[in-house]
Amino acid sequence: MNNTSIGHHISEQYNKEIEDIRNHVLTMGGMVEEQLDLAINAITTLDQELAEQVIKQDNQIDSLEKALDKECTQIMALRQPTAFDLRLLITVLRVINELERVGDLAEHIARMALQLSDVEGNKNDPYYELKHMATVVKSMLHDALDVFARMNVEDIPAITKQDDEVDREYNSIVRQQITYMMEDPRNITRTLNILWAVRSLERIGDHACNICEHLVYMIKGEDVRHISQEEFERKILGG
Amino acid sequence: MTEQSRTYAIDMQAILRKQDGYTNPMETCIHIEHLNLYYGQKQALHDINMKMGKNQVTAYIGPSGCGKSTLLRCINRMNDLVDSARIEGKILLDNENIYDKSINVAALRRRVGMVFQKPNPFPKSIFENVAYGLRIQGINEKRILEETVENALRGAALWDEVKDRLNDNALGLSGGQQQRLVIARAIAIEPEVLLLDEPASALDPISTLKIEELINELKEKYTIVIVTHNMQQAARVSDVTAFMYLGELIEIGNTSQIFTNPKKKQTEDYITGRYG
Repeated sequence: MNNTSIGHHISEQYNKEIEDIRNHVLTMGGMVEEQLDLAINAITTLDQELAEQVIKQDNQIDSLEKALDKECTQIMALRQPTAFDLRLLITVLRVINELERVGDLAEHIARMALQLSDVEGNKNDPYYELKHMATVVKSMLHDALDVFARMNVEDIPAITKQDDEVDREYNSIVRQQITYMMEDPRNITRTLNILWAVRSLERIGDHACNICEHLVYMIKGEDVRHISQEEFERKILGG
Repeated sequence: MTEQSRTYAIDMQAILRKQDGYTNPMETCIHIEHLNLYYGQKQALHDINMKMGKNQVTAYIGPSGCGKSTLLRCINRMNDLVDSARIEGKILLDNENIYDKSINVAALRRRVGMVFQKPNPFPKSIFENVAYGLRIQGINEKRILEETVENALRGAALWDEVKDRLNDNALGLSGGQQQRLVIARAIAIEPEVLLLDEPASALDPISTLKIEELINELKEKYTIVIVTHNMQQAARVSDVTAFMYLGELIEIGNTSQIFTNPKKKQTEDYITGRYG
């Protein structure tokens, strides 16, 4: 069945517990988005302070992951959820894992920003070129969290399709950076840092896609992992 | 293909088979066709159609008054005892309509045993309770009785607890033991089908688990239909779950599917506690 909204539980307490979990996931999602935003700013402006802030704040996301994990375990043990409630909790457990990884990758990008700003002569040479890729990845993550909030499953194919663009952008940056390395070996340190940051960004796109797949399971009860894009869309939009 | 990958392939098949959706059972034991039941003017069951497979446990769930017990009682014609009850449609047990005029109801009830919510042992010894069904069939030979009673008590997982006191009054047993004794009495006459109407609702959690474990063992020999208010129990013991509401069969499917991804909104609302 297609849940476009969650009905009310007979048990108000149970209702509240489920609502709390949903809100906490969105809070965690918001924090991860913020971290990603700061990390991108740090690397495109080579702002060390910003980068350090991102690194410092990552443990808050880790704590939220653990807290949410515990909330889900408790509801499972005490309420024996079924059907949509069960799928919601399983999805939350999976989604917070993806979000925590995105948090780690944002932290990694911030570390690369620090490395880049440390290299002599780089101060005036921030890496703007990943801006476009970052915009796409941020919008993928934002839209995936939006689906979690609104349960508008039909928006998912448009989100996952953007991953192709991210991959294209990633490949083009890799080719470009390889050229720089071949041109002058003194570029290698800087280029490697950039490649690692870009790689993290590309992985975040993949995590956003994974979140989308988990959400399809939550909303439609269909396991859409590891299938072709056509079948993916058919399962989401058809029947 | 290497030896190792062949082993993987076999294991994979076993795992994947578990995920198969509900299709009509391989071998149908009970087939209900267009069943309507009226108590006087009031229609209690509306056009019920379902198949129950041999050696499968089918659970009926639904709110009070939805017709689960009524439907269960149709399978051994217990509703015949209700004067105002009128039935239309068919219930085929091994392809034979049990509502056919030629059917001997007593013989039918030998084939379809029933256990109720409250244990109802006779005020007799443990031995006589189990031997009762055989005695009324005219079997009195001591050796056959002893053998059957032992087998039935073993089958109901009660033998070890009562083997030294078979002549004690059955009413001295605990509730859980009494319920297993009643199951032993039902299986002593070797029925094909066991109908269980909330068999564990009056029992403590440990006795409940014993009954559930027993259901799992009994299904190797019998086809079992269980009515339960405890949805987790339905989830634990049954292969197939049928959800009923206001006398209608809303949804029937593999238990794992019903509890993870029901197709109908009413089923979803009921099992997640949003009904009402």
